[in-house]
Amino acid sequence: MQRIRWQLLVLVLVVLLLLAFPFYVAQPFLQRTMILVVMWSVLGLAWNILGGYAGQVSFGHAIFFGLGAYTSTYLFTEWGISPWLGMFVGAGVAVLVSIVIGWPSFRLVGHYFAIATIAAGEIFAVIFRNWKAVGGAVGIYLPIIRGDRLIDYQFQEFKAGYYYIILAMLALIVLVTYRLERTRMGYYLKAIREDSEAARSLGINITRYKLYAMMISAAFTAIVGTFYAQFVLYISPNTVFALAISIQMALVAILGGTGTLLGPIIGAAVLIPMAEYTRVYLAGRAGGLHLVVYGLLIMLISVYQPAGLMGIYREWQHKRAARGMVNDSLPVATAEGGADDAVA
Amino acid sequence: MPLLEIEGLTKQFGGLTANHNIHLQVEEGEILGLIGPNGAGKTTLFNCITGFYPPTRGRVRFQGRDITGWPPERVCQAGIARTFQIVRVLREMTVLENVMVGAFLRYPRVEEARRHALQILEFSGLIDRRHELARNLTIANKKRLELARALATKPRLLFLDEAMAGLNPSEINDAVAMVRKLSEQGITMILVEHVMKVIMPLAERVVVLDSGELIADDTPENIATNPRVIEAYLGEKYRATRAIH
Ligand SMILES: Nc1ncnc2c1ncn2[C@@H]1O[C@H](COP(=O)(O)OP(=O)(O)O)[C@@H](O)[C@H]1O
Ligand SMILES: [Mg+2]
Repeated sequence: MQRIRWQLLVLVLVVLLLLAFPFYVAQPFLQRTMILVVMWSVLGLAWNILGGYAGQVSFGHAIFFGLGAYTSTYLFTEWGISPWLGMFVGAGVAVLVSIVIGWPSFRLVGHYFAIATIAAGEIFAVIFRNWKAVGGAVGIYLPIIRGDRLIDYQFQEFKAGYYYIILAMLALIVLVTYRLERTRMGYYLKAIREDSEAARSLGINITRYKLYAMMISAAFTAIVGTFYAQFVLYISPNTVFALAISIQMALVAILGGTGTLLGPIIGAAVLIPMAEYTRVYLAGRAGGLHLVVYGLLIMLISVYQPAGLMGIYREWQHKRAARGMVNDSLPVATAEGGADDAVA
Repeated sequence: MPLLEIEGLTKQFGGLTANHNIHLQVEEGEILGLIGPNGAGKTTLFNCITGFYPPTRGRVRFQGRDITGWPPERVCQAGIARTFQIVRVLREMTVLENVMVGAFLRYPRVEEARRHALQILEFSGLIDRRHELARNLTIANKKRLELARALATKPRLLFLDEAMAGLNPSEINDAVAMVRKLSEQGITMILVEHVMKVIMPLAERVVVLDSGELIADDTPENIATNPRVIEAYLGEKYRATRAIH
């Protein structure tokens, strides 16, 4: 009881701090970095549903990001359709494409699935580079709209408008993930990750559940794609369909800890400021260097700490509990550990 | 009508015939022993029935329905559950979560699945370990967990692939008692064991596989004295000694 009240207090405090952020941090660079941290948290959590819970590691999620960005932008610049509406159309397109990609490639296991997603990502980049109707390799510039109305999905003076939109998306995906962990589908996804053959022997249609996971994952990735387009006001195949986007989505989740709710958020909070500072510091002098660093990071984590930063935290917690330094945190394996005792 | 009917089942892996023209009927409520030397094709027969391998030829009927070639998940939904010879627990999930994954098949809601899983854990003596990660269990408890998980799907027919192998005598006694209790609850079981001794006091009927052929189908007493069965097992001993030298 004591512990739950304490956790609630922390949660309320964190939410208040997040909501008030633009009012106590005014510096544009820091505001921008914060928006990116939240944006990559959402992307990491989106990737996590398929790559973390269901264990299907994808390096092709830029496809959904790009589709979200291009769909809403095209609908807006060509037909004047509101990006808000375009955002949902984009999500729909991404979900359809996720089915088309997922259906055949879920037959592949492990590394072969990952490789197939890389290939699919490259195919989309090539298509959009050569698709003249959507700007080809040059991409599309979005017209600037002044006046900062929420309906326009653009904020030229009050930049915090972007912050609150992406924060709302974070709230939504946190809620979805939290629910997922506590429903049959969440258990099924984990079972598929742990041992897909055993899962099948227990009556789980693994293809169907992997597809569900991919569809949810694709939808969230696409709406962030629209957000990105509105935030940067310029999209091109090299920015939104980039392999770097796919890799960074995976890395944020892997660094923080896959298959957990907090992992991708922690991963983004650590990685994105680092990436932003290096980018400013190097000022584009070393083009692909960050990718090399990312590759090294992925290798190091998978060798030394596959559970990511969350794993390090849990180990530390266990050690403390074992030494009897804390008495309120039981050394249970999962968050649900204590919950069922009420039922038992 | 028999619960399970296998007609002329053949399974080939390239040139190797792992099961050859198997005919077998299993009646409701039976405990059937399936024995045979290593490599006789017992696990392959399990895999063909439970949907993990498509049979090369032949038919499998369950409750009169043709289930040949159904995928494993559908076979399970129809009421056939199994354990694996090499345990396949969901390693990074707790004992309770493992069993809940099985329970979800009949109880889609989390609270109900949890309640059902806890009952089964109580029954299988794993209740005190419910919060442990499955990977941390001893081999005997992992096997217990696999059985509990399979039971959670509420099967009519249960396949146990060498559930007693690698257990010590007291653990074997527990497992035997468990099989008896399950049988009393009306679950039909097919027990694969490599070692004849374990099966004899449990099974009402024993079938013997040797090099993919079904060579005997009889009571345990008659099986123990059947010359072809003895020869099959002697053959194995002979091969084993040769392999050592
Ligand atoms: N997936 C497979 N591919 C090729 N050969 C296999 C496969 N599974 C089993 N076999 C072969 O089939 C024969 C029967 O094996 P198995 O059914 O495991 O025997 P048992 O369970 O009776 O020890 C063996 O010769 C084995 O090598
Ligand atoms: Mg076997």
